[in-house]
Amino acid sequence: MFGLSALELARIQFGFTVSFHIIFPAITIGLASYLAVLEGLWLWRKDTVYRSLYHFWSGIFAVNFAMGVVSGLVMAYQFGTNWSYFSAFAGGVTGPLLTYEVLTAFFLEAGFLGVALFGWNKVGPALHFFATLMVAAGTLVSTTWILASNSWMHTPQGFEIVGGKVVPVDWLAVIFNPSFPYRLAHMTVAAYLATALLVGASGAWHLLKGHDNARVRTMLSMAMWMLLLVTPVQLELGDAHGLNTLKYEPAKIAAIEGHWQNVPGQSVPLILFGWPDMTAETTRYALEVPVLGSLILTHDWNGHIPGLKEFPPDDRPDSTVIFWTFRLMVGLGMLMLLLGVSSAWLRLRGRLFQSPLFLRFAVLMGPAGLVAILAGWITTEMGRQPWVVYGVMRTRDAVSNHSALELTTTLIVFVVMYFAVFGTGITYMLKLIGKGPLDDTPHEPGGDALYGTPLNRRPSRPLSAAPDGIDPAIDTSKGV
Amino acid sequence: MGIDLPIIWAVIIAFVLMMYVVMDGFDLGIGILFPFVRDRGDRDTMVNTVAPVWDGNETWLVLGGASLMATFPLAYSVLLSALYLPLILMLAGLIWRGVSFEFRFKADEAHRPFWDKAFASGSYIATISQGICLGAFINGFEVKGPSYMGGALDWLTPFSLFTGLGLVVAYALLGSTWLIMKTEGALQRRMIALARPATLVLLAIIGIVSLWTPLAHPEVAARWFALPNLLFFAPVPLLVLATSWLILRVLKHETHAAPFLLALVLLFLGYSGLAISLWPNIIPPGVSLREAAAPPESMGFTLVGALFVIPIILAYSSWSYYVFRGKVRAGEGYH
Repeated sequence: MFGLSALELARIQFGFTVSFHIIFPAITIGLASYLAVLEGLWLWRKDTVYRSLYHFWSGIFAVNFAMGVVSGLVMAYQFGTNWSYFSAFAGGVTGPLLTYEVLTAFFLEAGFLGVALFGWNKVGPALHFFATLMVAAGTLVSTTWILASNSWMHTPQGFEIVGGKVVPVDWLAVIFNPSFPYRLAHMTVAAYLATALLVGASGAWHLLKGHDNARVRTMLSMAMWMLLLVTPVQLELGDAHGLNTLKYEPAKIAAIEGHWQNVPGQSVPLILFGWPDMTAETTRYALEVPVLGSLILTHDWNGHIPGLKEFPPDDRPDSTVIFWTFRLMVGLGMLMLLLGVSSAWLRLRGRLFQSPLFLRFAVLMGPAGLVAILAGWITTEMGRQPWVVYGVMRTRDAVSNHSALELTTTLIVFVVMYFAVFGTGITYMLKLIGKGPLDDTPHEPGGDALYGTPLNRRPSRPLSAAPDGIDPAIDTSKGV
Repeated sequence: MGIDLPIIWAVIIAFVLMMYVVMDGFDLGIGILFPFVRDRGDRDTMVNTVAPVWDGNETWLVLGGASLMATFPLAYSVLLSALYLPLILMLAGLIWRGVSFEFRFKADEAHRPFWDKAFASGSYIATISQGICLGAFINGFEVKGPSYMGGALDWLTPFSLFTGLGLVVAYALLGSTWLIMKTEGALQRRMIALARPATLVLLAIIGIVSLWTPLAHPEVAARWFALPNLLFFAPVPLLVLATSWLILRVLKHETHAAPFLLALVLLFLGYSGLAISLWPNIIPPGVSLREAAAPPESMGFTLVGALFVIPIILAYSSWSYYVFRGKVRAGEGYH
């Protein structure tokens, strides 16, 4: 397809399926903690606004969690179907970490998720709150396992190679590899910010539509506090992650910054914009700020970062792509900061819920967190290339022996199905959000917003019990 | 050391896969039976019988995949890349039907037939793909070192297509007997009428596979027909016959749990027969469990978590089935 090699198609396929997948866990992580905060506030303040918001967002959480499970099913198999040499070589390390992630998720689903979603009137408030907290903790534990596995691929340690296979010799070293704490913190906070942006955009949208009530206001207000306080933390974490990457994966930093040749002892400029050209080994149309590169990347006026020419052409990541995905991520981060700061300014002037310009900005920023997460992951994963396990195994040695034809066929299946299935799911979630937490009626036993989700253990299935009449379909007139 | 990790893990993975086949088997069977039931209300009842449990059933498939990677990475990589196309089709089918399952409840009148068709077609695609993978697995794979040496379409043989069809019948039997247990009235009578031919056809299919396999694979024939193995293994085919006869018999009188439980026994026997044929190979015909095993450090580390969580999942699943025991009546959801 389009003259792409089997390796490129395999990478596109993995990138496509994992990009779709990551959206759902990111929102799951953020919403789980948000729900815990809401329930805590409800128990503390006894304000029904928090209880209503809990029930409203737990319905969306349930649909989102189901989408995450379904799209995760594919991931559990793709390492074997598409990256069989990687799995045969490194499965001894990544397999157990992945299994622990799966076991954590099931442990969570088996116990606490059911109680959190359907037990509001069936167990006492303390037990219910405990279940919600456990769900939130469970999502963080799951994140920990999967990021330990991924970070090990960037900064592998704690293993030996015996008979052409990776043998773990020190699990603590494997798990707590050098890039793991930074990646875990950066991703968890990213999930929180992405969720805050989604919640904030929902509140802003309802306010713009004239659906003004205490619940909608609380939604927007909480999200904006989150952005104001946590975006600076995220910038700090991103900076620390960058220093870590410079130490362990210098070629990635060189490619992100579009630097080809730097002289030791001389300060390095920051290239704001430009077009890194991999064949000409230069960054065209570069717009530079002197010294700033050294300052940001090494926290030193004359700090040195390597240029791409210090690495053999075979070991260089694609600078053209990750130069821009990185700038997209950082740019969105700056916009988040702007949104947070402008919310604080409006709040001080008492106009947080009235400024149409600000509300429109908040709505537009709704997907920004997810886009930034995708851009960041593309940067770090493509920045690791040409390695699948940095310095240990090359991606081209990891891929299964499938033909371009096979990969094209399955890629088309994935693309068509993912857009149909997850497009429908996302549309459905947006419709639920669009309904809004508009009434403050007490919650019905069993969870009225939750019927029809796969997690519903006490579903009131027939449509007679589904008064909202939200049809999930985008357009199904074509039939199958 | 007294602990034989590869054997323990082989047993765990075999158990997880059997749990998957048994549990997702009957709810895939519901989708397979959809074309035989036209009435809207009956279809709703059918789906309602599995609504509270179906997603838990699929968790076994994810667990099977992940633990195979952790404990037999060679088998994971070779089998999954050899079965690339049918596995992708299976995943596509499972996702498609899972989502249709949920959305048919949410859809308005105009869109419901679409989701019904999607649910049925997804169930067929997933089941046929699984059956094809099973057949291809029995046929074996060409392996050299960590590499699958066969072609992209090696899985496509008359035998694997036959096992694909066979699994459709097996799941249809599980689905229909499940519904006999969970429903009453006209729908139950319809299911009894379907379960009878399904049993006979499945028996014929088991018979044909049992002849086809040893004929095509001399090592399988040697396993079964050499003395004294023949004496040890003879109960398996005899029990298959006895169980089938019992199913047909209870279908005439008993109209509750017995047909379903007997169908489970039948499936378990078929599973055991396969295990006898293929043991101790994890990539037939030439790679054994031990050759494909991960380092003990990986197996031991993963075992700790598995032994902790699998019993909890089992307890929770049992509780879930217990809560939703009993008949489901038309127009009645779970509360």
